[in-house]
Amino acid sequence: MNRLLSAVLGVVIAFLAWRFIDWALLQAVWQPDSKACRAVQGACWGFIAEKHRFILFGTYPYEQHWRPALASILLVLLWALSAWRIFWRWWLVLLWLAGLSVIGILMWGGVLGLPYVENERWGGLILTLLLSTFGIALAFPLSILLALGRRSGMPVIQALCVGFIELVRGVPLISILFMASVMLPLFLPAGVSIDKLLRAQIALILFAAAYLAEVVRGGLQAIPKEQYEAADAVGLTYWQKTGTVILPQALRIAVPPLVNTIIGFFKDTSLVVIIGLFDLLQTIKVSLQDPAWSGYGVEAYLFAALVYFAFCFAMSLYSRRLERR
Amino acid sequence: MALDHRKAKRIAYQAAALAALLGVAWYLVSNTLANLEARRIASGFAFLWREAGFEIGEAPFQRYSAADTYLKALVVGLANTFKVSLAGIVLATVLGAAIGLFLVSANRLLKAVSRAYVEFMRNVPLLVQLFFWYALITETLPPPPQALQPLPGVFLSNRGIFFPLPGSAPVLEGFNFSGGLAITPEFAALLVGLVTYTAAFIAEIVRAGVLSVSRGQREAAYALGLTRRLAMRHVVLPQALRVIVPPLTSQYLNLTKNSSLAVAIGYPDLVSIANTIINQTGQAIEGIAIIMAVYLTISLSISVFMNWYNARLK
Repeated sequence: MNRLLSAVLGVVIAFLAWRFIDWALLQAVWQPDSKACRAVQGACWGFIAEKHRFILFGTYPYEQHWRPALASILLVLLWALSAWRIFWRWWLVLLWLAGLSVIGILMWGGVLGLPYVENERWGGLILTLLLSTFGIALAFPLSILLALGRRSGMPVIQALCVGFIELVRGVPLISILFMASVMLPLFLPAGVSIDKLLRAQIALILFAAAYLAEVVRGGLQAIPKEQYEAADAVGLTYWQKTGTVILPQALRIAVPPLVNTIIGFFKDTSLVVIIGLFDLLQTIKVSLQDPAWSGYGVEAYLFAALVYFAFCFAMSLYSRRLERR
Repeated sequence: MALDHRKAKRIAYQAAALAALLGVAWYLVSNTLANLEARRIASGFAFLWREAGFEIGEAPFQRYSAADTYLKALVVGLANTFKVSLAGIVLATVLGAAIGLFLVSANRLLKAVSRAYVEFMRNVPLLVQLFFWYALITETLPPPPQALQPLPGVFLSNRGIFFPLPGSAPVLEGFNFSGGLAITPEFAALLVGLVTYTAAFIAEIVRAGVLSVSRGQREAAYALGLTRRLAMRHVVLPQALRVIVPPLTSQYLNLTKNSSLAVAIGYPDLVSIANTIINQTGQAIEGIAIIMAVYLTISLSISVFMNWYNARLK
């Protein structure tokens, strides 16, 4: 029975795999030649070859593409360093601040002989990475405050925190992004405006904070009561107790679920395409509008899927390794 | 004395938080009112009774035309949200449960294939998957005159999928089919995307549920002479269900919220219709309030159900 199942399944998989390889590799066109693509049945990877610079860097000036490329590598390096326990020290914060300043200089320029590039022209992969990075970096402290507030025992503060967390978690992210793109301008006094990128970033920060807050709360709940009592007995104030006894333990417990939430958030940043930001998906959509290259959506979105998969799978392998400890 | 001091401090903190909130709220509301006045947008929900003036691709359970009101358009959107969510929940549960059981199956090939499926699905954004399915349907399927016919009377084309109904078979008329049951490319892409994505998460929940049942239970069932299959059905699954149901309901909620991504591929769900209305009327605050109120109602109903279920289990 078991062998028969394996055999049937093996044949089906082999057939599907062969069909896929035939389409994706054997019959595929790799050179950026749209006429050759139209002539064959296989995949048109020439589309990616032709458009990869635009897909990865958006409308950033062509000769300056090395700047977002370098910034992306730096950002990924910072994340990779932060994944190691030996780097979980206070100076990691300084390293991040330094790294982000370098990235800011690279992206904006205007100093050191780098031409200035306004952030309306940023796009592609670096935009996705920056939205995720700043989303998490700013949402994280906010989420700790929200989680502490939810457990503070002060009815008014508790109600505000619970209300915010449940409101944000109860509605789809897209409604929060719409709110940021069409409602936020109404909230500001006449004459004051903030650009589209910043508005989306604010929405993403608030969204991430609500989800991270629940994970941090899970960590706080896992701390035994005796820890609180002992800290009280030594005479620590609330902030001393929280900062030196409770949070260091709670956050360590919460790291694996935090990584999972971060993976989810990284995937969710793709939604900014709906409000018209130039992230990785938008650059692909715009590339597909080129008449010479229309109709290769399957190839284009498989490419996008692979890029996202590379980042998310690396993070989930990391989170699994942490859980096994 | 120390206690009184603490109490006073707590009251002061809360009063400060409340005052800050009210201050911010007052600032935002007064700005908004001034802005609305400057842009000559009348606030309130009176616009709901005005004529919508746009067509909607699909209106289940009711008739709708451009001459109907905005309110009617929103109801159609809500019906579309429910339609895709309910179909998605049923199919994702079936597919997810099957893959979840494959993940704990004794067949190593089956296990490996399901593991690969789950890993790939969970690590690619749903939106990318939706764009992929939509491209696959509209770009690789032939136009209606050359539609594929996998089964007699069933037609696959880039304008949709057509099934025969008793007494009404799909017939090619001009450039499209009429009659039978028609599934639009938008609905098909959204449904396939939601189902295959959510099933990966449900599979992991089912796997965790099955593994949570202690090994002794299974061994006892084998000792009684039950086969693997019977032991799973009568001993392991009933106990696993307690662990499975709470996270499963939150996946159902996620699926319903994720159905709002319909707006990206043009399926007329609630969010997509509300977005059109906002663009037409400028009633952004009301439109977003409606979306949020509907989803909050759904979320709260599901969490009320979950609390009831958890209380019943104890």
